Amino acid sequence: MPTILMPALSPTMEEGKLSKWLVKEGDTVKPGDVLAEIETDKATMEVESVDSGVVQKIIVPEGTEGVKVNAPIAMVLGEGEVPGDAEPSSAQLKPVDIAPVKVDAPNTIPAAPAGVPPVAILEVASDPDLPAGVEMVEMTVRQALNEAMAEEMRRDKDIFVMGEEVAEYQGAYKVTQGLLQEFGSQRVIDTPITEHGFAGLGVGAAFAGLRPIIEFMTWNFAMQAIDQIINSAAKQLYMSGGQVTAPIVFRGPNGAAARVGAQHSQDYSAWYSHVPGLHVVAPFSAADAKGLLKAAIRSNTPVVFLENEILYGSTGLVPKVDDYVLPIGKARIARQGKDVTIVSFSMGMRYATQATEKLVAAGVDVELIDLRTLRPMDTKTVVESVKKTGRLVTVEEGWPQGGIGAELAAVVVAEAFDYLDAPPTRVTGKDVPMPYAANLEKLALPNVDEVIAAVNAVTYRS
Amino acid sequence: MARKAVATKTAQSNVPEFTKEQELSAYREMLLIRRFEEKAGQMYGMGLIGGFCHLYIGQEAVVTGVTMASRKGEDAQITGYRDHGHMLVMGLDPKGVMAELTGRQGGLSKGKGGSMHMFSNEHRFYGGNGIVGAQVSLGTGLAFASKYRGDNTVSISYFGDGAANQGQVYESFNMAKLWNLPAVYIVENNRYGMGTSVERASGQPDFSKRGISFGIEGEQVDGMDVRMTYDAAKRAIEHARSGKGPYILEMLTYRYRGHSMSDPAKYRSKDEVSTMRAEHDPIEQVKQRIIEKRYGTEESLKDIETEIRAIVTEAADFATTDPEPPASELWTDVYAPA
Repeated sequence: MPTILMPALSPTMEEGKLSKWLVKEGDTVKPGDVLAEIETDKATMEVESVDSGVVQKIIVPEGTEGVKVNAPIAMVLGEGEVPGDAEPSSAQLKPVDIAPVKVDAPNTIPAAPAGVPPVAILEVASDPDLPAGVEMVEMTVRQALNEAMAEEMRRDKDIFVMGEEVAEYQGAYKVTQGLLQEFGSQRVIDTPITEHGFAGLGVGAAFAGLRPIIEFMTWNFAMQAIDQIINSAAKQLYMSGGQVTAPIVFRGPNGAAARVGAQHSQDYSAWYSHVPGLHVVAPFSAADAKGLLKAAIRSNTPVVFLENEILYGSTGLVPKVDDYVLPIGKARIARQGKDVTIVSFSMGMRYATQATEKLVAAGVDVELIDLRTLRPMDTKTVVESVKKTGRLVTVEEGWPQGGIGAELAAVVVAEAFDYLDAPPTRVTGKDVPMPYAANLEKLALPNVDEVIAAVNAVTYRS
Repeated sequence: MARKAVATKTAQSNVPEFTKEQELSAYREMLLIRRFEEKAGQMYGMGLIGGFCHLYIGQEAVVTGVTMASRKGEDAQITGYRDHGHMLVMGLDPKGVMAELTGRQGGLSKGKGGSMHMFSNEHRFYGGNGIVGAQVSLGTGLAFASKYRGDNTVSISYFGDGAANQGQVYESFNMAKLWNLPAVYIVENNRYGMGTSVERASGQPDFSKRGISFGIEGEQVDGMDVRMTYDAAKRAIEHARSGKGPYILEMLTYRYRGHSMSDPAKYRSKDEVSTMRAEHDPIEQVKQRIIEKRYGTEESLKDIETEIRAIVTEAADFATTDPEPPASELWTDVYAPA
């Protein structure tokens, strides 16, 4: 294999910086030799040689930013190969599409391809208390979450962060970056790999009046701890007749990552939204991530805060105000329209947004709603919208049975039956465990075309 | 590491002496639990108490001795579902406990918790937890809060020999030692996890040794002798409070009744139960000492008995006459005020 490709540091990495070459052209390398260092906003990694050979050509110079994953970065001439063989074949150059979604939702995704018009459909319209002319700061969802925690921790010393790799490692996904340095090891606490134990420990600390933020490296691992989340945290206030609160936030990335297979790729939105006594928040934009995490930390009700690994690096505009707190339980109308209501949340909003762009361009006046909070669910906003449009399409990554879309369909049928011009229609993850193969994984997830097809069906355009 | 003092054998040599006040206080506390639980059993049989009802009869010396050794109202305590005795010793109102058992509005949880779910912020009693083993992680969190605040309190977590085999117990031990939390773990070994004896469930049936791999000291204690439970708890609590980290006490005890009211307890012989009752009853032991040492007379102990019975009767009356919670209570206390 003469061509060295830009590796991915994580399943969701799309591009990175080639920070340093440790070899030069003409050097002889053997397996295990470090060729280069690459980095993303959350990690650095060394690129090692797999084969023996001579570095024939360095294609990407050091210091280059935005190198796409799988782009050729160097050519190493293997033993016995002649220089002519080293031309990369088209097969080797063809980037492998590891991301489940093409990245082109302009105002939330970094490095959007030029030429895609920045549509205004994601304007924050319904949130209160923003002074006119407020400065908007561009930041990633990751930074927004980080700021939310840091600001709240400055305000209240009873708040602490606990989880695996949250402190010294700076967060498995770098969401807690810098918190250890600012707040110290008393308040930013690395745990052993022991989800059941530290979830329970956090709930106990909350019973005693502290305000823990418990980070799960991903929500997949929180399955080990779900008993403490539901049986101990969610039910405590009720079982104690209103006496004992559990002011705790459980947070971490939820939903499908990319190419990590069935056990590490699933959406728990519907699971937790089922449980009275919990608040369940699943933001899409950076602004919502910040404002809602601050609200979650202040809440005296236990909050399940569902982030998304793929969205961590996406950017958005966040209002620069002293205390940006958003209401839990309020949906956001991302775009007003009159033909059809699309409802989604978190990663589903990416599909929904892209579909909306295309549908609007094709003349369909879409109303797009971002639920943001799944419990309590702002069904009022959805029902009002459907009364106007007569049509509902829901979009989520989770499985169909008992899903968020199923709930919305039931609510709309019950509360806006006479207004419906078409059956409520769900776009969901397929009813299978997440497959590993790239093509199957793509099929298992919802996509933009499915959203468009659903809208076409309910508007009788197909 | 584990000081092994199988107290039924060595008790005579190093038993701490109680003062008159301590003996009488222990007698009163344990008798209240015994009479309260007997009454609860009756009321369950009459259909006044529903669902699960796990009685503490036989184990009274454990929670009584430990609580005497603790700072009541300052140190946090948490246990599983066999929790009535803990609440009574910690000073929660017997009327409120009994009314919770009957599901009435005057119950400690307004009738919404039931036998297994009662709490008191005021007394620092955190339940009352229905999931076997969950209280160990929760109790470790209470200890974490103590250390975080530096308020010099300790957390006492009770769990049974059955719960001792749950994975999260060891996750908690590890963190408690890792962070040197002021946690005292009390294993109430009553020999049976529901119907399964310790021998049939535990690879290492000496639970005082269960902390060894984490570097947590443990002791086996005669859990039927309130002086022994008190004395061991003093050491354990002092250890935790002084910043030396967690400590395990295995209390060798026995429940006279079945696991719950619906358990006929056919997995053990009648002889086994009657031997324990005849030779090791925690209340009889105190009573005999009181008489022998002339701390009281048959007559004065009868007065205490009468007094206790009155308290229990009052609790039972309240729990049967207090109304059920209003239907509107169905919808309250789901979400905390902001």
